[in-house]
Amino acid sequence: MHTFGYRANALLTFAITALAFICAIASFSDKFSNQNPSAEIQILNINRFKKQSHGNDEVSLTLDISADLQSLFTWNTKQVFVFVAAEYETPKNFLNQVSLWDAIIPAKEDAKFRIQVSNKYRFIDQGQNLRGKEFNLTLHWHVMPKTGKMFADKIVMPGYSLPDAYR
Amino acid sequence: MDWQGQKLVEQLMQILLVISGVVALVVGYTTESFRTMMLIYAGGVVLTTLVTVPNWPFYNHHPLKWLDPSEAEKHPKPEVVSVASKKKFSKK
Repeated sequence: MHTFGYRANALLTFAITALAFICAIASFSDKFSNQNPSAEIQILNINRFKKQSHGNDEVSLTLDISADLQSLFTWNTKQVFVFVAAEYETPKNFLNQVSLWDAIIPAKEDAKFRIQVSNKYRFIDQGQNLRGKEFNLTLHWHVMPKTGKMFADKIVMPGYSLPDAYR
Repeated sequence: MDWQGQKLVEQLMQILLVISGVVALVVGYTTESFRTMMLIYAGGVVLTTLVTVPNWPFYNHHPLKWLDPSEAEKHPKPEVVSVASKKKFSKK
């Protein structure tokens, strides 16, 4: 510690190491928050259900999505990424997941919402399996922290089905 | 800076930074504001820099005792003898 430069270097190193510790503790404090998110999705309308020219089924839906994700936000949350996926089984694939809609929630106030929207991304099957198909709509979320590990979870809502014939 | 000063600087630096960190964490957690935590910690780092990095006078209260000049005189440095001058033998 005999020169200015020596002391400045020691201080900088120790300060950054302590900062790493502080961030680790801040990230750990997330474990103590209790989270109880809820969501509900209704299919308002099936707008289009047809077979594309190259053979795959395509559906266009209007969804009514309502969710309360406010309890997911802690002091260490930067944003929450949420998306809705349709999940179903076909003879070819055990599990098909098609993402229909997503959004970024930047703050706690925006986390309780209800919107009616048609699917943002196209719902196209690998094949022609969708007639009369039963599927789950799952709301997934990824909580992105300011420091630390991102974690993800979901709510599965079963019991939706598509009509038996093309429209 | 003398030896005692250097020891004091190291202790002060570590204590001040740790205290800044703890205070920042506690205040940030209770106010649920990450930004507050970062600002308090940054303030603590700046304060620590001002206290420990410049060479303040109170770090020099125990200056090193160099040897007295009388002690040094007893052991003089050997003198450098210049190269012996050439003596010219005059021829008679």
